[in-house]
Amino acid sequence: MIDIKNVTKKYGAFTAVDDVSLHVEKGEVFAFLGPNGAGKTTTIKMLTTLLKPTQGEIFLDGHNVTENPNKTRRSFGIVFQDPSLDNELTAYENMQFHAILYGVSKEVYTERIEKLLMLVELWDKKDSFVKNFSGGMKRRLEIARGLLHTPTVLFLDEPTIGLDPQTRNHIWSYIKNLNQSEHVTIFFTTHHMEEVERYASKIAIIDHGKIIAVGTPAEILAKAGVESLEDAFIALTGKQIREETANVGKNMMRISSKLMR
Amino acid sequence: MYTRTIYILWLRQLKRFWRKKASIAGALGQPIIFLFVFGFGLSPIFAKAGGGDYIQFIAPGIIGMTVLFTAMFTGVEIIWDKQFGFLKETFVAPVSRLEIFIGKTLGGATVAFIQGVLVFVITFFAGFWPVNWALVPLAFVFLAIICFLFSAIGTAIAARLDDMQGFPLIINFVIQPLFYLSGALFPLVGLPKVLSFITKINPLSFGIDSLRFALSGTNIFSPWLSLSVLLGVTVVVVVFGIYQFSKVEL
Repeated sequence: MIDIKNVTKKYGAFTAVDDVSLHVEKGEVFAFLGPNGAGKTTTIKMLTTLLKPTQGEIFLDGHNVTENPNKTRRSFGIVFQDPSLDNELTAYENMQFHAILYGVSKEVYTERIEKLLMLVELWDKKDSFVKNFSGGMKRRLEIARGLLHTPTVLFLDEPTIGLDPQTRNHIWSYIKNLNQSEHVTIFFTTHHMEEVERYASKIAIIDHGKIIAVGTPAEILAKAGVESLEDAFIALTGKQIREETANVGKNMMRISSKLMR
Repeated sequence: MYTRTIYILWLRQLKRFWRKKASIAGALGQPIIFLFVFGFGLSPIFAKAGGGDYIQFIAPGIIGMTVLFTAMFTGVEIIWDKQFGFLKETFVAPVSRLEIFIGKTLGGATVAFIQGVLVFVITFFAGFWPVNWALVPLAFVFLAIICFLFSAIGTAIAARLDDMQGFPLIINFVIQPLFYLSGALFPLVGLPKVLSFITKINPLSFGIDSLRFALSGTNIFSPWLSLSVLLGVTVVVVVFGIYQFSKVEL
């Protein structure tokens, strides 16, 4: 479903992603882990056509991501790390905007919006403005929106950041549900290791732009020689706290939009 | 190019505009002040100098000012879309950057056009009256081109800015000079050489002159020249804007 072949992304002298190769099977729930600034978001941005790799090739659902961006874009849905909804529009209008951008016909989208908003329990709030939504409601809406055009892959960049355990639990039950009912491949990042333990079928750990471990949760535990994924993560990536080193302006934007949620 | 995607981008801008009633009213404040304070304040001197009715002269300038500010501000709103992440949603969609640029620009232009027409109506209260109503539709055509041009300029500039800190720069070094050096407030005749030169390379000078031609019956440039300049600059800005948009990385 996803094939990353020797992908490198450089910003000037800084190498954010260094010769990464990964393979994700159809229907997998794939956890992409790493400390802050390890290259997770950069990788997702390359997978989702927002950034072009400096070197290497990516195939998503059979499409070459750089050569065929528009076909690729129809094949995936994404929930970004920071919110990406229009606060001045209602939930329904945000969905409708998405449907029209993706060329979904009116008959199809009216039915699908209802189904998805029911699923994430926002149908009764469909005419409320998004600016009045809580963080968890926004996330749920974003997940519903990401699935509107029936993608084959759903990217979730820290989908549960800043949410309480109840909401996290709900969000994961929708995701799991969709993975099974619509056979959507899930590619997600998170810092919550218990989510990985519960839901992931395969894991890759990235650090300093390089993949340092790939395998099933059991294989990762065996490799690190520890009992829990949290310990395995620390054992593999070290104890040091990471500072995110990216473009200062953009980083400030990321931080401020995280706070604004 | 899909008209549906351009339509939805345009519709979004209009909905946002319509829902912010306070900012619609707020944007009328500046034109009203200029119209009434400058209009009546300078009127006696203007008449004494043989310039005729100053309200009749300044009204097209104030309409031009309104659309300049509104169109540029709406274009620059794209910085908000970046900051609130919404631009990413449009960028990962199977839509070309060209369509996004055109949709946003048309949206901003329409918003500016509505404000311009509102101010046109307000000028009646200051005593303005078009000399020939048959030419009013022509004034609207010119107004529409001016709106599109400056909405495109705003969008193109904002495409490469990452935060609102660049905003005062745009106001003070782009919008204000464009306005004050456009002949909106004073006639572009008998000016010092440097000033005269600058006003003649300012596309808004041609825009306001064309409005004045259609509404007040006075002009210094031929309306055909104004039309060609406005359309020519628009083409250049659109090409530049699309190029800028293709370079945006999020």
